[in-house]
Amino acid sequence: MGDLKREVLQLLENDSRLSKEQLAKMLNVSKEDIAQIIEELEQDSVILKYHTVINWDKQSSPRVRALIEVTITPQREFGFDKIAERIYRFPQVKSVYLMSGSYDLCVIIEGETMHDISFFLSEKLATLEYVNGTRTHFVMKRYKEDGVIFSGEESDKRLVVSP
Amino acid sequence: MTVNPNSFINEKVRKLPPSGIRKFFDLVSQTEGVISLGVGEPDFVTPWHIREACYYSLEKGFTMYTSNYGMPELRKAISNYLKKYQTEYNPEDEILVTVGVSEAVDLALRALISAGDEVLIPDPSFVSYAPGALLADGIPIPLGTFEKDNFKLTGEELRSKITSRSKVLLLTFPNNPTGAIMTKEDLEVIAQVVEENNLVVISDEIYSELTYEGKHFSFAALPGMWERTVILNGFSKAFAMTGWRIGYAAGPREIISAMMKIHQYSIMCAPIMGQKAALEALKNGESEMKKMVQSFNQRRNLMVNGLRELGLSCFEPKGSFYAFPSIKETGLSSEEFAERLLTEEKVAVVPGNAFGESGQGFIRCCYAASVNNINEALERMGRLLKRL
Ligand SMILES: Cc1ncc(COP(=O)(O)O)c(C=O)c1O
Repeated sequence: MGDLKREVLQLLENDSRLSKEQLAKMLNVSKEDIAQIIEELEQDSVILKYHTVINWDKQSSPRVRALIEVTITPQREFGFDKIAERIYRFPQVKSVYLMSGSYDLCVIIEGETMHDISFFLSEKLATLEYVNGTRTHFVMKRYKEDGVIFSGEESDKRLVVSP
Repeated sequence: MTVNPNSFINEKVRKLPPSGIRKFFDLVSQTEGVISLGVGEPDFVTPWHIREACYYSLEKGFTMYTSNYGMPELRKAISNYLKKYQTEYNPEDEILVTVGVSEAVDLALRALISAGDEVLIPDPSFVSYAPGALLADGIPIPLGTFEKDNFKLTGEELRSKITSRSKVLLLTFPNNPTGAIMTKEDLEVIAQVVEENNLVVISDEIYSELTYEGKHFSFAALPGMWERTVILNGFSKAFAMTGWRIGYAAGPREIISAMMKIHQYSIMCAPIMGQKAALEALKNGESEMKKMVQSFNQRRNLMVNGLRELGLSCFEPKGSFYAFPSIKETGLSSEEFAERLLTEEKVAVVPGNAFGESGQGFIRCCYAASVNNINEALERMGRLLKRL
């Protein structure tokens, strides 16, 4: 079951719209088996969400994205987790990672305008207790995200028929 | 006096029948919006680390000839790699790097055949062997392989085609177009006949990595067979490197040096850029290659299950990246079926008999295509089948 689960996850990670029927055919198992595996993976919170990678720039509603390096003083008893939680609960925060190296938290935030981000920074993040400093880097261009290259898939250049 | 340039052409070449694939290629090229299951190569682009290694070698100025045998480091890497099939070859003089397995096929045939020798070739199989044998003044003898035997070559079939002129046996498993493989036990039966009749074997194992059940077994690993076998293998299929044109032959020193004699005069050496890339593939390419094989396997299941759901009888291909369903029930010939599928539903497949007479009644469907394209192609094929 372990290998099969991993293969289901790898396929869904790459294309979450693959139907149970499709998966069953590709992995040569029954549709019921696939349904059960997916249900387990969802219940165990291994599969958290099926999401879509979108190039908003093409929809002429571009989004502003920034990476913020945050240094904090860990809290007694809770370490970094409590402060991370204070930060990740804001809906504009897309990702939060605890980092090794010269800063502590890497916060990726997205807004519709530059103003959204600077508001969040000055009003919310910088004023949090235990946050010692922030450093903000705005994203200028997205080339690749979650394994997806933004310039689009390379076209099939093969001859249509070959031996 | 009007000159007919045709009269200048060598008779053997003039008589060579045109390739069945070529005819079909022209037809497909004239049709728009085709989903092609007619290709014979991976749908992956060469992994980036391999392409990047080639950039680097160009930056460093590796633009010269190499040894006729190929770069020593590459031959060493190939020698190491071939150990995984329990075969040992000295990188010094038992391995020859060629311009694809295509060149290696030609060299092996030319190095081994004397005029009138018979070359035993499984049928159906890759399109180059019989013409290669003819060009080397040999006589190709087809060995039928059949669905009832899972398209394996049987000892009886081989025995029934042996004559006093039999010289070379070509083995080509995993097979293009059938997807058949031969296990160690299957090959042992063949080895017996080979020994009894003192045949020399050319074993084209280019799809060795694309074996989905069990592990590939190399003919040269059977007792007593190493001395009478040339193994051909390459980078095109396993590492998605068709355009780089790098393959190799491995065998006894005497045979390899005979092949090298021809190679040095006709080719000199395989291009260094391709050799550099091939070296990177062997050094660091295993994990990406495994991922590609897994992905082919998923699509193999999808294709075979899909074809069977359409009601076609489809033998389970255990190697390469082709499914070879029978279309005999439709009453059409392979060409008629492929042509109607193309013109009415815009799906390209290759008629099975383009690979030999025993392929009549079958079509080759390559599953190195995207999941969406496979699904769409199956749906279109279903529509045609309903009308027949
Ligand atoms: C069985 C077989 N041998 C050899 C080749 C040619 O390979 P290469 O690209 O190494 O010349 C092919 C390509 O389709 C093949 O199917």
